[in-house]
Amino acid sequence: MAKMHIALRVNNRQVETLAEPRMLLIHLLREELRITGPHIGCDTSHCGACTVDMNGKSVKSCTVFAVQAHGAEIITIEGLAGADGSLHALQEAFREHHGLQCGFCTPGMITRAYRLLQENPNPSETEIRHGIAGNLCRCTGYQTIVRAIRAAAERLNSAKEAAE
Amino acid sequence: MIPAPFEYHRPRSLDEAIGLLAQHGEDARVVAGGHSLIPMMKLRLAKPEHLVDLRDLDELRGIRSEPDAVVIGALATQHELIGSELLAAKCPIIRETSLQIADPQVRYCGTLGGNVANGDPGNDMPAVMVALGATYLVKGAHGERDVAARDFYEGAYSTALREGEILVAVRIHMPADRHGYAYEKQKRKVGDYATAAAAVVLTMSAGACTSAAIALTNVADTPLFAKDAGEALVGTAADEAAISEAARRAQSITSPSADGRGPADFRTHIAGVMVRRALARAKEHAG
Repeated sequence: MAKMHIALRVNNRQVETLAEPRMLLIHLLREELRITGPHIGCDTSHCGACTVDMNGKSVKSCTVFAVQAHGAEIITIEGLAGADGSLHALQEAFREHHGLQCGFCTPGMITRAYRLLQENPNPSETEIRHGIAGNLCRCTGYQTIVRAIRAAAERLNSAKEAAE
Repeated sequence: MIPAPFEYHRPRSLDEAIGLLAQHGEDARVVAGGHSLIPMMKLRLAKPEHLVDLRDLDELRGIRSEPDAVVIGALATQHELIGSELLAAKCPIIRETSLQIADPQVRYCGTLGGNVANGDPGNDMPAVMVALGATYLVKGAHGERDVAARDFYEGAYSTALREGEILVAVRIHMPADRHGYAYEKQKRKVGDYATAAAAVVLTMSAGACTSAAIALTNVADTPLFAKDAGEALVGTAADEAAISEAARRAQSITSPSADGRGPADFRTHIAGVMVRRALARAKEHAG
C-alpha cells in the first residue's frame, strides 16, 4: 500500500513523515522517530506500557495507527522533563518513593498519571488506583506508585498555590 | 503484531463515508475508537482492504435530550458517557456500565457505537441497550432506518446491520424518573470481558414492581433479553422469592461457552448471581 504523508506534533516538535497505513503509532514513535520511552509490553492494549498522551487523552499507542495521529499533539515521557533536563514532579516523586523497580512500565505509568492529574489535580488513593487501572506493573505491587502519584499531586498543588 | 495491508480513508462527512462503503463493499470496514477492530486486525482475524475512519464526523458526536428520549451519537466515547451530566441525571445505568468497560485509556477511545454495533457478545453496552429498549439509527446508501436493540443481534459478530450501513446514533426512550437500575458484571480483572453480567431497569409503585427489564452479557452468542425473568417480577414486591424466580428464568435461557472464564455451568451460575445482585440494587433505587 502506498505510504501516506502525516504531520503531527510530538513533544512540542513538528514532525512530518511517510507511513504505511498499517503502521502503528508505537512503531512510528520508536522506530522512525527513535522516541523509545513508550514501550511495547503486551502489544494487545492491556498493559499500558505504550501509553502516550494524544490530544489530551491517554492512549495505548499499540492500538492506534500512525495515520490516525495525523494532525495530533502527542506527548511521551520524553516530553515531560523541563528543557533544562529538570525532572517533572511525577518523575521526581517516582524516584523518591521507589515507584519503580525494573522500570519497564514507568514511562507509560507516568504519562498516564500526568493526564490523570491534569483532569483531577487532587485525586484520592481510590481515584488514583482507578485512574491507573490500564497500566500493569509486575514489580511494585502498586503501593509505591500510588504513593508517588499522590506525592506529585501534592507537590504540584503547593507549587500552584505558591504561584498564586 | 502487524496488520495486513489496507488503504486508509478519513472521510469528512457521513455521506462520504457511506459512499466509500458503497464503493468498496465487503472489502471495507468502518473504524470508530478502534479498540475492538484494531486488535482483530493485528491478529489478522480481520483483514479489511479499506479502512474507513469515522473520527472526523462531528455529526456522529454529541449527547442530546429530546422531549421523551436521549439521543447519543455513535462516536460518543465511554469517557464522554461517564462525564455526561445529562446521562447521569436521566439514564445513570450508562455511566455505571461505562465505568466497568476496559480501562481509562480504552475508554477515551472506545465508542458507544462501536460497542453496540460490533456484535461481540463480550461487549457490555448491548445488554444495557436491550434492557433499556433502545433503538439504533442506521444509515446506508438507501437511506435511514431504525432497528430495535432487541432485534439487532443475530449471532456472534452478526447483526442486523446490512453491508454498507453505519450505525449513527442510539435513541433511548427516557426511563421513568424514579426507575431503578443496575449493571452487575463479574470479571476476573480490570479490562476483562464479563464471566457473566446482568443489566436491570425496573420501576416500582406503592411497593409493587410495575415493570422490569433484564438482559444478560456474555452467556450466549448474543446479548439475551430475559423477558420471562422480567415478567416474574411484575406485580410482586420484588421480594426474595420473586427475585429467585427471575434469576432462575434468566439462567434457563443462557448457553455460555466454556473458556478461561470458567466452565459453562459456572458461568450460568454466575449469571444468576448477577441477576440477583442487580435486581436487589435496582430495587433500592426505585420508588
